[in-house]
Amino acid sequence: MKTFWAFVKKETIHILRDPRTLIILIGMPIAQVVLFGFAITNELNDARIAIFDGSKDPVTIEIADRLTSSGFFQLAVELKDESQLEQAFRHDRVKLAVVFPPEFQDHFFREDSPQIQLIADATDPNTATTLVAYASAIIRQYEQEKKGSATLPYAIQTEVRMRYNQELKSVFLFVPGVITIILMLVSAMMTSIALTREKELGTMEILLVSPLKPAVIVMGKVIPYIALGLANVAIILVLATTVFHMPIRGSLPLLIAESLLFILTSLALGIMISSRVQTQQVALMISLMALMLPTILLSGFIFPIENMPWLLRAISHIVPARWFIVIVKGVMLKGAGMAVIWKETLVLVFMTLVLIGGSVRSFKLRLE
Amino acid sequence: MSIYINHISKSYGPVKALDDISFEVSKGELFGLIGPDGAGKTTLIRILTTLLVPDAGTARVLDLDPVKEFRKLRPHIGYMPGRFSLYQDLTVLENLNFFATIFGTTIEKNYHLIADIYSQIEPFKNRRAGQLSGGMKQKLALSCAMVHEPEVLILDEPTTGVDAVSRKEFWEMLARLKERGITILVSTPYMDEASLCDRVALIQNGHILQVDSPASIVESYDRPLLGVRAQNTLRLLEDLRHYPLTHTAFPFGDSVHLALTGEQTDGELLDYLQKKGHTELAIEPIAANIEDCFMELMTEKIA
Repeated sequence: MKTFWAFVKKETIHILRDPRTLIILIGMPIAQVVLFGFAITNELNDARIAIFDGSKDPVTIEIADRLTSSGFFQLAVELKDESQLEQAFRHDRVKLAVVFPPEFQDHFFREDSPQIQLIADATDPNTATTLVAYASAIIRQYEQEKKGSATLPYAIQTEVRMRYNQELKSVFLFVPGVITIILMLVSAMMTSIALTREKELGTMEILLVSPLKPAVIVMGKVIPYIALGLANVAIILVLATTVFHMPIRGSLPLLIAESLLFILTSLALGIMISSRVQTQQVALMISLMALMLPTILLSGFIFPIENMPWLLRAISHIVPARWFIVIVKGVMLKGAGMAVIWKETLVLVFMTLVLIGGSVRSFKLRLE
Repeated sequence: MSIYINHISKSYGPVKALDDISFEVSKGELFGLIGPDGAGKTTLIRILTTLLVPDAGTARVLDLDPVKEFRKLRPHIGYMPGRFSLYQDLTVLENLNFFATIFGTTIEKNYHLIADIYSQIEPFKNRRAGQLSGGMKQKLALSCAMVHEPEVLILDEPTTGVDAVSRKEFWEMLARLKERGITILVSTPYMDEASLCDRVALIQNGHILQVDSPASIVESYDRPLLGVRAQNTLRLLEDLRHYPLTHTAFPFGDSVHLALTGEQTDGELLDYLQKKGHTELAIEPIAANIEDCFMELMTEKIA
């Protein structure tokens, strides 16, 4: 036991005496949450639009007013001629053009379905879809107010409520993803590098010749990284709840326990990598390629798993991050308890056991 | 018998690193494993320190099998690998403390074992190991290898890359450890260090050329040997190699050691060299050193 703590102490000194790495490890979660929270956002504000009003009657003027006063749109140019459309998109960088046909008001009150043309810049398809949806919603609302539902007795009305994230804040989506990436990075990449460093520097030779058991060597190496991982979880959660007002609707101890489980999964992955490579550089490359990319791309963090081709969807099942993100979202946003997330937890527990078993077996007692 | 090596072979793919090696090291002996880079010294040492498994043959260290009984053997070996294998970002004291603890002991308990060596670097105990000079690093590494009171000390090229003064000091420390009855196996590429060992094994390309005391090895050298100097050593070497009676000619510093195939008069060689236009010539019979013997053994092996 004493030898074990001596090992943990030694490893902690390694981390503390390398302030640059430490700053990166502590600073990265902060930077990522802030970046994702403030800068990278799916919400739209003040998108530049162009309006061509062919009728200039009270109805079209009011609709245009509604659009520009909504906060989503900002009138960049008012077109005199339909032929100026191309110009507006190219030079005035408008994202959306609204075209009212002539005699709009007459058509509108005669109820023969007047048409408004919405033309969007689809170089960014997501933005285009969102803008069109916003504009259509504003126009539809105006129509209903003017005509009242009475004139359309059988109309079906959809009433939408966005549960768990009513304001559709993108930070709610990113926080679980950031926690996952950071934990993967700290636990898997850093342990794989730390273990290979001993090989590269030749200190592993002495550790192997010593009476230390492999389990002690590995455990001693990873304990400080478990602490570092939990510290990162704390930093991200504090930032998310205070700065971005993200709720933790479920139990906090459960969230921490699940994070610990995911840290263990990642550590086991890191140990697996380190037992198969000889240099820190290779360990770093493999961690990045084999762990970080799937964690970012196949976990459902950025791209919805439902939309993936079947092959990628199948592969995503073996990405631990996929399960962990479901757990974090469930606990934080839906207030889910063990009864809801037991399946994902069980998958992670199973993966962890297999990986730890594998990494203990693959730990070499000799140099070859 | 402290170390017993019996017909050990080891290959890395097609490369035969060790080919049927056998020798023994007695208890309390200071044994040198001497050979150039790539001779197989490190491979042999790693087999003895349980880090590698031989392809064929058996070994016993302290009457334990390094393959089957490696767990029992490991606590009794003091091992200093070829590269500086301590933690550069830990201080001298932290390194020593760490290695003492993982071998289940403390610095205080075994201070008497390392006092002689460690006292020299103790003034720098709070300095990080990475900032020590080469000589001090070796002293720290030796302290770390000795702190758990090993019965056998195995050192892989401890003096490579260390200045001449530190090398001398290091060998003095080994001599003192030997006086305490510790068996020491040390490898080195430096021939001049052979004479500091009780016995040496000369190793080349995975083969043992000879195992004996340095004195006996030198005595067994039976060719007439001359030390030849001239103003232009490079041209001298070239001309000597074309001299009909020459067996071998190797440069040693500013002179050439010339081994002859048979007896001849000094005048003959002098005439030959003067005709070749050499000036400032000096020819004298010399006693063979260990390096001459090694060269001779190598030449025999190739021939």
